[in-house]
Amino acid sequence: MKVSNSLSAQKLAGKIPEALGREIDIFETELILRKQGKLEERVFAETRLRRGAYGQRYDNGQRSDGARVQEMRYPSGDLTKGPMTMWDAPGMQRIKVPGGGLTVDQLETVAQLAEEYSDGIAHVTTRQDFQLHYIHIEDTPAIMRRLAAVGITTREACGNSVRNITACPYAGVCRDEVFDVTPYAQASFRFLLGHPDVQNFGRKFKPAFSGCAQHACGLTNLHDIGFIATTRQENGVEKRGFVTVVGGGLGAVPYNAKLLDSFVPVEEMLPITQAVSRVFARLGEKKNRSRARIKFLVQDLGIEKFRQLVAEERKTLPYDPRWTELVKDAEAFQESASRPGGELPAALGPEGFDRWARTNLRPQKQDGYTVATVALPLGDITANQLRALVDVVRKYTKDTVRSTVEQNFVIRWVSRKDLPELYQALDAVGLGDPGAGAIVDIVTCPGTDTCKLGISSSRGLAAELHKRLTEKQFQFDQAVENLHIKISGCFNSCGQHHVCDLGFYGVSRKMGGFAVPHFQVVLGGEWEHNGGTYGTPIVAVPSKRIPEVVSRLTEKYVLMRTEGETFKDFAKRTGKVQLKAMLEDLTKPPADPRDRSLFSDWGDPREYTLGDMGTGECAGEVVSPVEFELAAAEREVFEAQVALDNGKIDEAGKTAYLSMVHGARALVKLMNPLISDDPDQILSEFKTRYFDTQKFWDPFAGGKFANYLFDAHQKVGQPHTEDSSRYLIDEAQLFIDAAHSCYNQLGTTVTV
Amino acid sequence: MDFQHLNVKLFVDGTEAALEPLVPIFHRWIQNKPLEELLLDVADYRHVYDGPGVILIGHQANYSLDNTDGRLGILYNRKAGFEGTNQDRLQQATRAALVAEQKLETEEKVPGIHFPGKEIQLVINDRFIAPNTLETRAAFEPELKSFGDKLFGAGNYSAVYESDPRKRFGVTLTASRPVSAQELLANLSS
Repeated sequence: MKVSNSLSAQKLAGKIPEALGREIDIFETELILRKQGKLEERVFAETRLRRGAYGQRYDNGQRSDGARVQEMRYPSGDLTKGPMTMWDAPGMQRIKVPGGGLTVDQLETVAQLAEEYSDGIAHVTTRQDFQLHYIHIEDTPAIMRRLAAVGITTREACGNSVRNITACPYAGVCRDEVFDVTPYAQASFRFLLGHPDVQNFGRKFKPAFSGCAQHACGLTNLHDIGFIATTRQENGVEKRGFVTVVGGGLGAVPYNAKLLDSFVPVEEMLPITQAVSRVFARLGEKKNRSRARIKFLVQDLGIEKFRQLVAEERKTLPYDPRWTELVKDAEAFQESASRPGGELPAALGPEGFDRWARTNLRPQKQDGYTVATVALPLGDITANQLRALVDVVRKYTKDTVRSTVEQNFVIRWVSRKDLPELYQALDAVGLGDPGAGAIVDIVTCPGTDTCKLGISSSRGLAAELHKRLTEKQFQFDQAVENLHIKISGCFNSCGQHHVCDLGFYGVSRKMGGFAVPHFQVVLGGEWEHNGGTYGTPIVAVPSKRIPEVVSRLTEKYVLMRTEGETFKDFAKRTGKVQLKAMLEDLTKPPADPRDRSLFSDWGDPREYTLGDMGTGECAGEVVSPVEFELAAAEREVFEAQVALDNGKIDEAGKTAYLSMVHGARALVKLMNPLISDDPDQILSEFKTRYFDTQKFWDPFAGGKFANYLFDAHQKVGQPHTEDSSRYLIDEAQLFIDAAHSCYNQLGTTVTV
Repeated sequence: MDFQHLNVKLFVDGTEAALEPLVPIFHRWIQNKPLEELLLDVADYRHVYDGPGVILIGHQANYSLDNTDGRLGILYNRKAGFEGTNQDRLQQATRAALVAEQKLETEEKVPGIHFPGKEIQLVINDRFIAPNTLETRAAFEPELKSFGDKLFGAGNYSAVYESDPRKRFGVTLTASRPVSAQELLANLSS
């Protein structure tokens, strides 16, 4: 929408690498063709997604204002930028930052773009990217050109291709790393960008690099392909390689990555990635998007078969000199300090320095140097703060700043003797908050603020928790201070709620006939060991009561834990039944029926709606039979989890399946009160009455959740494994959540 | 030079406490449509230090109670182009900011927000059109004089330009005496 958009190519002539410039010119042409109606909207949607230009909430042109659904009548009328996506509606531009590495020029440019095209804020994501919100689609070529002029491409930031390649932000300076993975992450980025073998995926593909197995930083366990640095001796020479894993992923149902190879030499890293990509492109699901991630392919084939296919594919690859050239080029780069190392000055630091130093500093393996973390509340930073950060980085280091998956920045190679001054400079612009990586440093996805898929306000909740926890942070028991909280606005896990101590993801429930925003409480996940284990869903609690959940659980943990016991072990030892019992009262409706405090979400005064459509009001109803039966189905999911915890694997799987059958029956009964208990009949009627009519249908996940039930029904009689039971329990929970949503959307209650 | 995408910030008396009630107020404005622009959403950045505060996102423009540089002010950010002359654009953006300010001051629940009519900041939010250089300043100065004389009266204000070349081109006008929003609007209409 900027009047100056037509000037961008001319103003930046000679500053943009030719290949990047050509790409952007092509996109600009496609934009013009779409405006002229000469490019189909679906095609344009995929093309803009592949350049990181995303939609945002309300871009279908409708928004509930709290009383009714408003139509947004944009000047461009019915012109769209994708299916049900209005041309003029604000969007989001994702900016890839491979390995999180940023130069000062890049930071300055992002600051400028945030001011001129966005709302003044640059947001750091859980995959080390930036996001700018409220962007007009017509501004995106100019934005891309300005980024290209400082060496950033937005190509494949979104869409069915290779997304940002993340890497440990301490790579190269970490005391525990096996070796610096930075050059390999960079080589991987350069090799895969636009590669023909990654253009035909059914879904996104996310690689990650980690320098060690024991810490969190690379999170390889939850990535499509993960590389963990390792070495071995060959003929008396230490050889670098990677433990390589595939098929991890969060999403609605989290999967642990499986071991592909315990040692892939560095020169094989790129061809193996290429071989995996080819197998994924060839055999991965393309029609059913809810099963199109590589994790499902690995699960369905089994890792043995997958490994065999990759090995066979590897043999067919034509030699590509870039496999080694890119690695050698990248290895040639070495970071260094700009100032001599030293020791912390003996004199007292500025006020607040000691508190900040306790949580925000990490000694480097290079003597005399430290990594300083800049903690960003909710991952947000202003243009002025970015410029101030640039000044700090320029003064004290040599462009050695990286974004992190905890939505912060780390400044590497800071001489210890510069720390007090550096802190003062950061603090002066609001970048000196202590508590990095601690309980106050909450990770959250954008949620209902801007994401079309958001169910509950993850950022609203995070802001409230951050405020309350910050007020109390210096009173915390050390064990509580070190806990991690992560929040996702929905089941898609962009907030990574599975890999933390206290995780929350948005769900919807009905209370008294009204839709109420809730969060499912997920406890005892593991951040360490590359996101080693996933948390367990316990119970859904109204959004406005989550601060009480945090308060209660942390208090119980302090009171009940054994010496040195982690929260993960505490949660496991306590067990799901007890944990649920601790929170059960918080799930009940308010005692006073006039209390409407639960019916809006954090930071949003509007009456909560699901999908921004108004919900029906039912006067006089108590609890409907459907709600009774859905509650019973949800209880069965819980029982399935308990069975699994007790080692009753087959029972767990069967119970999870039956919970879905019973959930389906609850809905079928609304239309056919005489439905039998026969699963075949239930599923047949569920399919006809709900699936085929798209009543049981998520606006963005489509028929994904119903397919969980259909798939499970097909596999009845097959023995369960621990993994398959666990996945089925997660799927059953999501099915029940979806059944609630379906029921809410129907707006129908029946008085008991 | 065509100076588009004007940002006008009216510096106000008040504290960050004024930000919280703005969230429901801006949501209500989306519902009631009291402003010319198509209003779309509310963005809450109260958690950000010296940040954009609370923003009412519109299609043609955003309105906000902005706290950049630790100075609270009602900010009008014109995003869409505006036809006419530079004077038309300066007046349109200033008028929109003043109208929004008046509406906010009448809102009961906004504690202590008051525009004393002393300082107004003008920024051109487009570095392609108006890089922060001496050339831009030379082209802008006659426009500013015409506009400032109309708004405050000749000789009744001073102007200080943004000196940091990394920041956007802008100028802060300081009136020699406080002028009410009503009077400024009347001056713009005369």
